[in-house]
Amino acid sequence: MGLDIYKINPEFKDIMPREIIELEENATWSTKMNKPRGIKELPETKELLEEHSLCAGCPEAAALRYVLSALPKPEDTVIVNSTGCTSLMFPHIALHTVHSLFGNQNAVASGIKRVLEWRFPDTQKDVVVLAGDGATVDIGLDYTLQSFFRQEKITTICFDNEVYANTGGQESGMTAKGQVFKMAPTGKKFDKVPMWELATTSGCHYSINMTASAPKAVAKAVREAILIAREIGPTYINLYTPCILEIGLSANEGLGEMKDQDKDRFASYKHISPEAEAYLKKCKEEGLL
Amino acid sequence: MSKITDMTATHNWSGQKLVSADYMLFEAPRTKHFMTGSEVLKEAVKRATVDASVSYPITPQSEAAHLIGELWAEGYVGVYFRGENEFGVMSEVAGCSMAGARTITTTSGPGTLRAMENFAQWSGTRASMQLVLMARGINSPLTIQPDNLEVQYLLETGCMIWYAENVQELFDMSLAAFAVAEQPDVHVPIITAVDGFFVSHTREAVMLPEDDIALFPYNPYKAPLPPIDSEMPPGRFLRDPFVMKSNYISYATHASWQWEIRSAVERSKPYARHYLKGLVHVTGTEDAEIAFITCGTASHQAKEANRELEKLGVKTKVLKLRTIRPFPTDEIIEALKGVKYVFVPEFNVVGWLSNEVKSALYGKLDMDIHAGPRVAGGMSMPAEAIIKEVMEKINPGKGA
Repeated sequence: MGLDIYKINPEFKDIMPREIIELEENATWSTKMNKPRGIKELPETKELLEEHSLCAGCPEAAALRYVLSALPKPEDTVIVNSTGCTSLMFPHIALHTVHSLFGNQNAVASGIKRVLEWRFPDTQKDVVVLAGDGATVDIGLDYTLQSFFRQEKITTICFDNEVYANTGGQESGMTAKGQVFKMAPTGKKFDKVPMWELATTSGCHYSINMTASAPKAVAKAVREAILIAREIGPTYINLYTPCILEIGLSANEGLGEMKDQDKDRFASYKHISPEAEAYLKKCKEEGLL
Repeated sequence: MSKITDMTATHNWSGQKLVSADYMLFEAPRTKHFMTGSEVLKEAVKRATVDASVSYPITPQSEAAHLIGELWAEGYVGVYFRGENEFGVMSEVAGCSMAGARTITTTSGPGTLRAMENFAQWSGTRASMQLVLMARGINSPLTIQPDNLEVQYLLETGCMIWYAENVQELFDMSLAAFAVAEQPDVHVPIITAVDGFFVSHTREAVMLPEDDIALFPYNPYKAPLPPIDSEMPPGRFLRDPFVMKSNYISYATHASWQWEIRSAVERSKPYARHYLKGLVHVTGTEDAEIAFITCGTASHQAKEANRELEKLGVKTKVLKLRTIRPFPTDEIIEALKGVKYVFVPEFNVVGWLSNEVKSALYGKLDMDIHAGPRVAGGMSMPAEAIIKEVMEKINPGKGA
């Protein structure tokens, strides 16, 4: 059905909220475009994220906008999320999204993806997991890794803010060693979990560690990860979206923090399997990238 | 492997002729077979046009889960895989069901508790999957024996709970379960419980319809919430989402939603009365002053006690509850007319069924409700144990 579900019955058009009408008329749906979607359309078009309730200047909100702008086929994309700051944004996304429990996002996504493949054998439907570091690496680590082991054809994007932000700033597995947070009043005693490396050794065909400092780079990674997940297997993006609130920065300092970390804890890491690389080459030739 | 596109208006993807639940349960000619509960569940799933199943090993449900896998390999089930643990499995089942699949899974004892967070989530999303629970009790100490303590933990999850006594009932109930759970005005998950080993591993004579027929497929577009498949307008894109806010409307919404789930369970009653031929089956002497209220294999033991007591000149009747959620209060009150003593024999240490009975009858009927006899941890409950309890009660000091 795809894009048709966003068409408004003309009889009701006069009572529909403006943002819903704009979705039909001015969003960048893939079937309306003759080139891949991307962040360059953001200023001119209707975004798939409506007003959200995150803190002013939150890099996670910016990152979600980049992610949504880069989905190859949003009208056939299901997004699975988890509990945390991200769950404050999900009711504002104009796509099918699921919030189930805290930590089970990759298990739910596995079920959804397999059934969509079964029910719609002739339609490509993408399943993307978007969750925080607590959900992905701590409480949900088993389900994250097991979905990689099983070679589920889903893309997992971790908004790594290195802290449990929504519950008030507690240490997570992704917190840097030595950092003082709640529940780690004398500083974290062990290293940040190298989740991007775990993803590689657990079977992901594409694994990236990066910050959200460069919108274009984020969009490119998202697009590549989703295309590979369609055809080859699981993909993983670890994306630094600092919690400016918990590390004591102002609303305008998120970008600077991410740029600093581009050279430190989030120095570029990229793994791509040979088959995924060959597939991306093919995608480029076909104009999908 | 089958493809869903092989399905036609008259036949499913494995070539079985599509029939209604009424035809399957009440009209199709049946022949006699001899099989265990695990084997009969395979036969039910084979005739149910099941889209998806996720499995995980735990005694005593493992064999049933293997056999559903065989059905997948044979092309009867669309999606099947082994999950990582029961919490993962029940989440995967949630994903399957939300994406529009008729979904079934199985578990037992400790697996039920590991998965617990999911069951309230299942009902909260108004999904209609079926869990077949082969009850075995809960650690510690480690036990794999028949004991249905885990049902106590499931009572307030918002799922329907049915209880089958034997292999035949497991077959009929697990098919009827889909028919009832998928009604648009019900549409909540259903847990079909049996006692592990006593039913899962015991071979009995069963009457089965031929396997060239199967239930009509599930239609997710009749569900009260749109399936997560990008085929219907997303229901969550709201101008001002209330669910993530702390205000009166969000509290009221959450509260009314929880009431609605429980109302949906209550609304299943007329459908369950039809497909199960009553929520309560009553046997024994109609004007008896002693009644047993039971479910599962405890019903079987109570019926044996009923026959033995009859020989001693003591008239009794047996109320076998087939649904626990919804709880058949009206049927119980009707069947207890003229009864003075109620006994609730159970295979668990807490007596959850007697607690349910007492709470449902409080202020409505004035009679002695005796919470027992109870056995646990896999102990058997011979009819003699029930008879002794009855005789000591009605004939104090003189024993059986």
